Amino acid sequence: MDLLNGPWRRELGRLPWGVVVVITAIAGFGVAVLYSAGGGSLDPWALKHGVRFAILLIGALALAMLPPERWLALAWPIYATLLVALVGVELVGAVKGGSQRWLNLGFMEFQPSELMKLAIILALARFFQFVPKGFESRPDVLIGALVIILAPVGLVMLQPDLGTALAILFGGIVVMFLAGVRLWLFGAALAGVAALLPVAWSLLHDYQKNRVLIFLDPESDPRGAGYHITQSKIAIGSGGLSGKGFLQGTQSHLDYLPELHTDFAFATMAEEWGLLGGLVVIILYGLVLAWGIRTAIAAGSQFQRLLSLGLMATLFFYLAINMMMVMGLAPVVGIPLPLISWGGSSMMTVMILLGLVMGVARANRPHRD
Amino acid sequence: MDDPVRRASFTRRALLLGAGMAGTGTLLAGRMAYLSLFEGETYRLKAEGNRVQNRLVPPRRGWIVDRHGKPIALNRPDYRLELRPADISDAGSDLDATLIAIRQVIDIGPDDELRIRDDVATQPRFMPVVVRSGLSWPEFSACNVRLATVPGVEAVQSFSRHYPEGERMAHLIGYVGAPTPEQYRAEKNPLLIYPGYRIGKDGIERHEDRRLRGQAGASRVEVTARGELVRELGTRADKPGNTLKLTIDRDVQNYAARRLGDNSASVIVMDCQSGDVLAMVSMPAYDPNIFSTRVPARLWAALQQDDHTPLLNKSAMGLYPPGSTFKMVSTLAALEAGIDPDEAVLCTGSYRLGNNSWHCHARRGHGGVNMRRALPLSCDTYFYVMGRRVGVDAIAAMARRLGLGAEYPLPIPGQAGGIVPDKAWKQKRYGPDPKKGGWREGETLNAAIGQGYIITNPLQLAVMTARLASGKAVLPRLIDDGSTPDFPSLGIPDAHLAIVRQGMVDVVNAGYGTARAARSPVPDVLIAGKTGTAQVRRISMAERRRGVIRNEALPWKQRDHALFVAFAPAGAPRYAASVILEHGIAGGRYAAPIARDVLTYLFEPERALAVLPAVEAEAAERRAAAAVQDEAASIAAENRRLMPSWLKIDIKPPVFEVAEPDAPQPPREPE
Repeated sequence: MDLLNGPWRRELGRLPWGVVVVITAIAGFGVAVLYSAGGGSLDPWALKHGVRFAILLIGALALAMLPPERWLALAWPIYATLLVALVGVELVGAVKGGSQRWLNLGFMEFQPSELMKLAIILALARFFQFVPKGFESRPDVLIGALVIILAPVGLVMLQPDLGTALAILFGGIVVMFLAGVRLWLFGAALAGVAALLPVAWSLLHDYQKNRVLIFLDPESDPRGAGYHITQSKIAIGSGGLSGKGFLQGTQSHLDYLPELHTDFAFATMAEEWGLLGGLVVIILYGLVLAWGIRTAIAAGSQFQRLLSLGLMATLFFYLAINMMMVMGLAPVVGIPLPLISWGGSSMMTVMILLGLVMGVARANRPHRD
Repeated sequence: MDDPVRRASFTRRALLLGAGMAGTGTLLAGRMAYLSLFEGETYRLKAEGNRVQNRLVPPRRGWIVDRHGKPIALNRPDYRLELRPADISDAGSDLDATLIAIRQVIDIGPDDELRIRDDVATQPRFMPVVVRSGLSWPEFSACNVRLATVPGVEAVQSFSRHYPEGERMAHLIGYVGAPTPEQYRAEKNPLLIYPGYRIGKDGIERHEDRRLRGQAGASRVEVTARGELVRELGTRADKPGNTLKLTIDRDVQNYAARRLGDNSASVIVMDCQSGDVLAMVSMPAYDPNIFSTRVPARLWAALQQDDHTPLLNKSAMGLYPPGSTFKMVSTLAALEAGIDPDEAVLCTGSYRLGNNSWHCHARRGHGGVNMRRALPLSCDTYFYVMGRRVGVDAIAAMARRLGLGAEYPLPIPGQAGGIVPDKAWKQKRYGPDPKKGGWREGETLNAAIGQGYIITNPLQLAVMTARLASGKAVLPRLIDDGSTPDFPSLGIPDAHLAIVRQGMVDVVNAGYGTARAARSPVPDVLIAGKTGTAQVRRISMAERRRGVIRNEALPWKQRDHALFVAFAPAGAPRYAASVILEHGIAGGRYAAPIARDVLTYLFEPERALAVLPAVEAEAAERRAAAAVQDEAASIAAENRRLMPSWLKIDIKPPVFEVAEPDAPQPPREPE
């Protein structure tokens, strides 16, 4: 209750307003891209995107007002709830686009796997907070951490949703890395994964196998699934240095580019804004990530450090995979570009993520007075 | 609580992670720069290739006109009604309501409706679906006015080939049709796969296809990924094909075709001096207007089974023994060999060589016949004697000089060359063995009267006549390029030609000629000609003793061909003609009047047109009778088909002799 009674103006002043400006700029750019993707109209995407961002930004700032210790206390309950929800999805979830990801709560459709990307970080940070220095690489600790990671990963794979499962796995591993698990263990795990790759391959669904194969050789299927990557590369490449100009993109406006407002929003942007637009987006996100790293390093406890940098790594994972996908460096996995792509669920995840990190930043800001 | 060692370790690892992130960011920026700067041009071209589509505008096909500029083949607007399913649903309407609206203006048959619904269900939604094509002008204008407010329905105008003369020009002009995949593969012209594009398939349409095609225009359009048109970026107009002017006279061609009635026949009319072909008729024929769209299977089967071969261009591809029309060649060969035209030969009705007799068509013989009487009487015996004296090689050489056995440079695919036999030809054809390939005397006798190996096509006979009439080495031509050709002389002395021409005049005009029926009704125009009746079966000795069966009593296929070649006016030859009636019985009686009427038409059309009603009424009567018979046959066939198999008994219908073979033979008319 200290928050309600606390000195409001001082606590607000401790929020990292600089990064708020940066993410607002990114989202604003997203509005412009969606305005163009909608054929030069606020309808159906641009306006809603902006309004949604505004609401979620307020939500994120509100989250940032909570002290990180509150999250430490809530880590296990949140993780357990989401794990139960994931099981629930398997049992009663709605099937959309061939996979079972959604849980109908009556008032909204809820995708537990989205939030699990954040909860995994929270849970692992909580887990390692109380592991003493030097004990991180002990087998009992490692097994505990791996169980925490693999339980949600397995459930999400069952849906099946390869992209989200990889994101959760990535987040978990990054936290283990940051917590100080010995490096040779990662090397050994990598070797083990390489050995198990053929087995994993046989477990993948046909459409997932196809995506990987087509990523390896997009031209093999120019009319089918390889079409996405080929057209996306054409859109980015044809933009040139400074792009074709706002609202002048042909690949996007003539429907050659698929999913131009969600997964391929970066290509839509790059066609009209060119290399310069792309670099601006990359640099803006670079600023956010750099701020995140600084926040983590300056944070006061292992939990806060692991939480903030783990979350930042998750955000980075989104960014990197999406951009690699549109540039033909990664297979097509349905991961949107944070804050620019259309989609409420993913934006909510990202804003909660930023809210948590901002909370850590606020808590560790030295008192001016 | 916070352990500084742990903090330092975290910081190291955090910086390591940060370096990894920065590295990835650099990689992404580098990749993007590579795509947009180094590969940018390639991708720009690809994007442009996506966006811009070049659409063909098919050129209109050139017209074909006759020597007076009257159209023979032209492009007729084709009106059709189309609907676009996308526009219908965009406007919030549905297909049923639209079809009801259309039905209030034009009829849609149940088959059409099924097809429309099928197309709407299967095709991409922006593709237009043809509701009905071939709308009449009133229907088209009604659609334009009354369906203008119905969304997604559009009345469209395009062009289709039209042949106003129909079957009368069919064999000469040919028809158009969709290109075959082989043609596209050979030519790689995108026009050939344009929907609805037609190229020449036969006759002049095929031979002069390049000239008639014209050049396609193009329009650059911006399209979406689904092929929907966004806007037009620019157009290049199409260049219609050139108009092709023929030497054909449409009216003469028409008249000749009508005059032939229902005969299986060919008529050719040529200008003796210029070689212009004024008419080249082959009947019966097919309707090229039907062939240019699609041929119903039933019609195709009927055309193929017809024994009058409506699919064959008899004028250029038909081959017939020339019969007595060849006797001018023999006459000239004899004159050239130095035979005195006044030398008389005694005709007793037959000519013996070895153990065989060669018969003259007059059973009792013609008595003494000299060259001047031999042509009008068409005395076979005279030509047996003279042919034997000059030898086959001299006759063959003269035949070639007169244009027989040759193919002419005409824009008609598949001319038949025919055969002008001589000793060398026989050796080549049957081998050097003298028993097989050696020339026998009897074959010379056959060749002298235009029978045996010799075979010609109607066009060659017309050219032969034109050369006889003009004394020049006339070549036929079909395309009027504006020039007047000048042909060299044949090198046959005028005196010789004069004798032959006088003989041909007497064939028609002398009291004893074989073609008195062809005498010209025009007072100051004399027709000169020669009849021919070419046997198509062998008459055995036994049949000769019993009396030769009358042609009328024979099945159609075994009757003699009737031929007549003519030129007019006799004094100053201008037009040459050849007429061949397949199995037409007798040249003088049946072919000659047709030649007379066609030639009369050139001088006095009204007089010639006056004979048509009778001819056409007779043909119509015969056609009606045949139709009744066909109907009965098809009902019988249908009954038979529907009859249960266990009820069917294979009884052949009885065959009745058409006439008594032993009946007294009336004296055969002179040809």
